Amino acid sequence: MIKTVVIERKPLSLSERTYLPQIASGLKTTLSNLFKKKVTLQYPEQRPSIPRGYRGVPTLVKDPNGREKCVSCQLCEFVCPSKAIRITPGDIPEDDEEQSHVEKAPKEFEIDMLRCIYCGYCEEVCPEEAIFLQEDYSLSGYSREELVNDKEKLYEMGGTLPDKHFKWDKKKTEEEQGNAH
Amino acid sequence: MNLSLVDFLFYVFATISVGGGLAVILSRNPVTAAMFMILSLVGVASLFVLLEAFFLAVLQVLVYAGAVMVLFLFIIMLMDVGPDSGKRTALSKTRLISGFVALFGVGLLTVLTLEYSGVATDSATHWQDVAEETSVEGANVVFSKSVKSFGYGLFTKYMLPLQVAGFLLLAAMVGVIVLSKKQDEEKSSEATEDASSASAEPRPEEA
Amino acid sequence: MDAELIQMLALKVTYAIVMVSVVMSIAGYTVLAERKVCAWMQGRVGPNRTVLPFVAAIPFIGPFLRNLGIFQPLADGLKFLFKEEIVPGHVNKFYYYLSPIVALVPALTTMTVLPFGEFTNAEGLTTTLVLANVDLGILFVFAISSLGVYGIVLAGWSSNSKYPFLGGIRSSAQMISYELVMGLSVLPVFLWVNAPGMTGSGLSLVSIVNSQEDAAWLVLVQPLSAFLFLVALFAETNRLPFDMPESETDLVGGFHTEYGSFKFGIFFVAEYAHVVIGSAIFTTLFLGGWHFLPWVADPWAPGLIGSLLGVGWFLAKTFCLIFFFIWVRWTLPRFRYDQVMKLGWAKLLPLALVNLIFYVILVTYLDQAAAS
Repeated sequence: MIKTVVIERKPLSLSERTYLPQIASGLKTTLSNLFKKKVTLQYPEQRPSIPRGYRGVPTLVKDPNGREKCVSCQLCEFVCPSKAIRITPGDIPEDDEEQSHVEKAPKEFEIDMLRCIYCGYCEEVCPEEAIFLQEDYSLSGYSREELVNDKEKLYEMGGTLPDKHFKWDKKKTEEEQGNAH
Repeated sequence: MNLSLVDFLFYVFATISVGGGLAVILSRNPVTAAMFMILSLVGVASLFVLLEAFFLAVLQVLVYAGAVMVLFLFIIMLMDVGPDSGKRTALSKTRLISGFVALFGVGLLTVLTLEYSGVATDSATHWQDVAEETSVEGANVVFSKSVKSFGYGLFTKYMLPLQVAGFLLLAAMVGVIVLSKKQDEEKSSEATEDASSASAEPRPEEA
Repeated sequence: MDAELIQMLALKVTYAIVMVSVVMSIAGYTVLAERKVCAWMQGRVGPNRTVLPFVAAIPFIGPFLRNLGIFQPLADGLKFLFKEEIVPGHVNKFYYYLSPIVALVPALTTMTVLPFGEFTNAEGLTTTLVLANVDLGILFVFAISSLGVYGIVLAGWSSNSKYPFLGGIRSSAQMISYELVMGLSVLPVFLWVNAPGMTGSGLSLVSIVNSQEDAAWLVLVQPLSAFLFLVALFAETNRLPFDMPESETDLVGGFHTEYGSFKFGIFFVAEYAHVVIGSAIFTTLFLGGWHFLPWVADPWAPGLIGSLLGVGWFLAKTFCLIFFFIWVRWTLPRFRYDQVMKLGWAKLLPLALVNLIFYVILVTYLDQAAAS
């Protein structure tokens, strides 16, 4: 059994009651701090190093073929806790040689950066690995509209992800060989 | 009329102090009244300066304007005296009495002014006995407006009045302490009876 | 009014304007020093961005001044000047506008009796550099600075809001309490200086300084008086650890919570002007004024250069003291209100009385010994 031990606070000695030795030691500490190296980062000129796995601005990426990876399944829209993502799904026209084998593509894809909380759920939930949080952290604009990233802007920021899946290419060849599923 | 600079300043400061004094009793807001009182006191201090009594002027500002009036303001603010409190107390009886007192004061002033109006022009004979007393006995200090002569004066010739005044103040102080202490004891005895009415004020040590 | 009088008046007014601007700019740079020293003590660099365009172009010097933040007070002042004037609807307008002025005027008036140097001309005639060498110097300072509390009290009251009100009440109680200690702590100094055989006369600050020429500084003669005066000075200038009227942690902004833009700026400058003047007064009373070192004669020759060096030396001492003020502020936490009161009335006041009585007895004893 744990026994509670009450420790009596010692009465202050005379020198402690004048506060002066304590004040002097405090002054000594601050004075020594005065000459220490400063830790301030001169921000716009010096940038902090971004650690791996940093969650910055969410973006859309394209696959190595330059196709958009997003198939507008709207999972990210569903999972987004702050409802920052808004997707308008759209079909891919049948006559598009390049992309017709891809099921769907978003007609519009908007991420409201004023709502985004950079939680990274969208990246985690995306089955197509189409949405990624990048390293850019300083976003600013002069109006609310300016901070709603549309599809074009998202692809521009995201660029191409050089992955090795080639999911749709494989599917296309399989379809052509006639053994889909 | 040929006014010298000192005369001109005298009228300015006299107006300030008298006008300030009037404003003290005429203003509704107690804080305004207190501020006018400060103004009036500073005006009186300026009059002291014109009389070359710098020590008195500085003391006037230091003690009255700087300390006493701060306490006045302090109390006014703590008790939150509104602009209209005190209106009810202005009964006709008290008004009558104060009117008589004011009349008496004005009459006294008039009589005195009429009586002594010739004195100032009459080669200032009445002031001579003070000015002639050039040194304080015993100490080799010339009676002047310097602080030193004030000190010597207070502690040699005017020792008894000083002590008496000091004793009077001490008596007043003791009286205040006794009065406030008694009330506190009553309060604390009430508090022991009724535990819910515990006051937030720190209780003084038991006498 | 003859021409001579007008000329003299014009000269005095010019001196006064020069002195006010010097003290105001020192106060402005004290704000900068506060920010810089605070930053350095906390491992930061402090303001280092503001710079005038043409100064930035100068190699080495421009960036150096920029990093030192030399132009920051200018930017701060302009910011205060051009900010929107916001007057809350619930304030008492007249006193709300009056109180910043009431706060600033006493802070700037006390400097009139402050001696800061002396000038010896070719004939060996020594003139003290002071706006008005009043016989009652120190009493004048006390009298005027005691009026400074009205600015704070009125600001607290006229804001008609609880935090400023509490700040005002606290500060009035604090200033009255510590004024006593302050007055009592300088009494032994004047006793000592005016004792038979000493050079002092009356309560003049000039005679205090001159009594410390070639002799011990009064801080060495009366360390306890100096200490008590310093503590009271901290309280009177509302600096930490006696930061009662402001108490950011529990009273938002204290007495100036409802103030913004230039009116706040005036309060700010008044506070720092108090610090500057207070440091200067401590220097004159205890640190020998413009005289070089204790027991050492001034090394500079009399004349223009000498007098400039003296003024510089006086300013250097004052700046050291201002640094001490800042240093203490960023080291110590604030006392609680009741602790402040207890410290003032129950500890410092008796100590000041004991100190006074001790020096009364000592001076009397020395006087008797000299006489016999």
